[in-house]
Amino acid sequence: MIELRNITKRFGSVLANDNVNIVVKPGTIHAIVGENGAGKSTAMRIAYGFYKADSGEILIDGQVQNIATPHDAIALGVGMVHQHFMLVETMTVAENIVLGAEPGNSAALDLAKAASDIQKLSEEFKLAVNPNAVVEHLSVGQQQRVELLKALYRHARLLILDEPTAVLTPQEVEEFFAILRRMREQGKTVVIITHKLSEVLAISDEVTVMRDGRVVGQVQTKDTNLAELARLMVGREVLLRVEKPDADIGVTELTVRNLTVTHADGNKRLDGVSFEVRKGEILGIAGVEGNGQTELIEALAGLVPASQLSGEMRLEGRDVTRLDARTRREIGIAHIPEDRHRRGLLLDFSLSENSILGVHHRRSLLSYAGVFLNDQAIRKRADQIIADFDVRPANQELPARALSGGNQQKLIIGREFDLRPKLLLVSQPTRGVDIGAIEFIHRKLVALRDDGCAVLLISAELEEVTALSDRLLIIHEGKIVGDVDPKVATIEEIGLLMTGSAKH
Amino acid sequence: MIFLRHLLFPFIAVIAAFIVGGILILLIGDNPIEAYRLLLGSALSWPDGIGYTLFYATPLIFTGLAVLVAFRCGLLNIGAEGQLYVAAFATAWVGISLAGMSPWLLLPLCFLAAILAGGVWGAIPGILKARFGSHEVINTIMLNFVAVALCSYFTQYHYKAPGDPIMQTIPIGGGAHIARLGKFVPGLPERIPVNVAFLIALLCCVLVYLFLWRTKWGYELRATGSNPSAAEYGGISIRKQIIIAMTISGSLAGMVGINEVLGYRYRYYDGFSDNYGFTGIAVALLGRNHPVGVVVAALLFAVLQRGGIYVDGFSENVTKDIVQVLQGTIILFVAAEAFFSGSFGKFGLLKRAKV
Repeated sequence: MIELRNITKRFGSVLANDNVNIVVKPGTIHAIVGENGAGKSTAMRIAYGFYKADSGEILIDGQVQNIATPHDAIALGVGMVHQHFMLVETMTVAENIVLGAEPGNSAALDLAKAASDIQKLSEEFKLAVNPNAVVEHLSVGQQQRVELLKALYRHARLLILDEPTAVLTPQEVEEFFAILRRMREQGKTVVIITHKLSEVLAISDEVTVMRDGRVVGQVQTKDTNLAELARLMVGREVLLRVEKPDADIGVTELTVRNLTVTHADGNKRLDGVSFEVRKGEILGIAGVEGNGQTELIEALAGLVPASQLSGEMRLEGRDVTRLDARTRREIGIAHIPEDRHRRGLLLDFSLSENSILGVHHRRSLLSYAGVFLNDQAIRKRADQIIADFDVRPANQELPARALSGGNQQKLIIGREFDLRPKLLLVSQPTRGVDIGAIEFIHRKLVALRDDGCAVLLISAELEEVTALSDRLLIIHEGKIVGDVDPKVATIEEIGLLMTGSAKH
Repeated sequence: MIFLRHLLFPFIAVIAAFIVGGILILLIGDNPIEAYRLLLGSALSWPDGIGYTLFYATPLIFTGLAVLVAFRCGLLNIGAEGQLYVAAFATAWVGISLAGMSPWLLLPLCFLAAILAGGVWGAIPGILKARFGSHEVINTIMLNFVAVALCSYFTQYHYKAPGDPIMQTIPIGGGAHIARLGKFVPGLPERIPVNVAFLIALLCCVLVYLFLWRTKWGYELRATGSNPSAAEYGGISIRKQIIIAMTISGSLAGMVGINEVLGYRYRYYDGFSDNYGFTGIAVALLGRNHPVGVVVAALLFAVLQRGGIYVDGFSENVTKDIVQVLQGTIILFVAAEAFFSGSFGKFGLLKRAKV
């Protein structure tokens, strides 16, 4: 279907693609895997006409084609769905889909025809998207299907999907894979860019593995396994299981009683939640995203307005319910937020400036009457964090934006660990992080636990949360619906609780 | 290297604007080289040109800094114009009411009046935003009208000398005058109104720099502007930062009153501002929201203003309107560059602080 031949692409001094050869056979689902920065997105963006290759050629159906713009790619039947959706939120599905390919003559827009066309496409692939719904009212999974429809509406035969599952819940991923399989049955070709190996094994027919801008392997999915793919991807043996000693559990650190978060619209997003976290244990919270996890962790971190909050939180017996975010950090509550771009980082600020967020008012980082920032102390501390947590590139002058997701996450983790917290709140610690860094982060979390810290872990990755946790609570619609031992409970059992269909 | 790149784009914008302006002058049948020679020559002549250029630059440095501080907190202060009017009137009011007082007391009180009045006028939209989430752009624009009208009213009905046909207050006490630079600089006559306020403006640049980049308060303010959610996460109160930024912004704009009332006219003159508050937005933009850039940009706009008056008088076809075209084109090019390089987001138009 599509073939990349000897593609080479440089960005400045970085060789993003080095003589890349990829062959995608028609009617297959082809996965391209690699760590962040391995060049997989670059290669596909070249195929889609976003970038121009320095050398090499692209063949479609065996013909050499000059794809200079996405327009050329679309004309050749190549469609791409980006990691960040490109939708106009206030417009309807149909309006979004026809945008740039409006039906009817140039003066009159025939939306009714578009809507019926879209309806037909949606039924054909069982996408269940209502063409007249307004995009901002759709869930993330539905928005993604709108993006798929956008490509299908333009008669794409080859769909390139960049990290499509990064934004989906486990249930949505299953639905999404079913859609991909239906597309394959209808004769479409799908290229899926990802770094989640379990998904590669679940959905793809063939896999291309990339590392450092080069293709290091192209194999049939049925002939490979997780360990081999991980080794190809990282270039060394990878620890896929989290190794942790038995927990040495101490006294209760955090007590939560009847915690309720009511949004301004009257919706209870968190409904009477009670639990304890003890020293030296990792308490995991599993659940489909959007079931109150965000509200829970933000309430514990002091980021929910008092007017929306009721219930009680105690740290070592002390009532902390009314304390603000700064005070909570000062008494030993560290917080690794779920969305590092929105909450965790000042992307335009340097690494050293980011390394003091939240502790910038501490006397040890200030000089002259506690007003001026003490450059020397800040640099020393930033260097220490960068070294201890292997943040690369190790240049504290760089803006946080310049780092890969994994390194940004390591910086945040380093910053929060440096607080020597009594309680660590951590949400989605490895989202969008490459395998090497995941392993590192998991080890650090376990080490912190072993130092006697109480850890509250929220993760949408069921495997992660079961592997790391010593105890596991399941949250559904703002309520705790299950309390299981992750060593004993099966994934099916937990999954059932997550959907709210079983009461434990 | 990064510093150079920051200089490069505004510089290109200015050059490009001059080229466009040159083509325009050519089209109306004049010699662009000659016109530019007149423009720059008159603005940079000693002592009159330079003296006046520095005088014109003074209010623009203040308003440029005012807009900059708000920008850095993610706010767009369009209200510098109103803030500087209120402050100038307050300065004159103190200078008139306490005219007999010793200069040692009167002068600081007048300074304080300028800073406080501007600060209060800036704090109002800040508080409205922090408390009710109402948009600072709308409120600052509205407060501009209120400020101008209030100052006119008080001038007309309470502080004008009886029978004076000019809309101006009676003079302030002699103790509130600040020295013109001519007093200290040999060769610079004292009739040229550039005064100590220019040095105060430069001092403010240094202070704004130190505040924003070297103190914990500046860090909190910039963090709020860069990413309000992350600032909140870091234990910073966004509401507090909005009020602080708008207050400082207003105070800086208010210091235009020191230049105008204490250093130039020694009274409040109604409608004195030549859109200083609005030009301040352009100055901050061209200066890339950095204090050093603001000084450079303010000087450039002052050169254009001074040179424009001269060109107007001595050239056949070219009027000072062409200078406005130049100013407009510079802003257009700078804005275009900012738009393409994505710094419009930081500029606060697309990414707003949410309360």
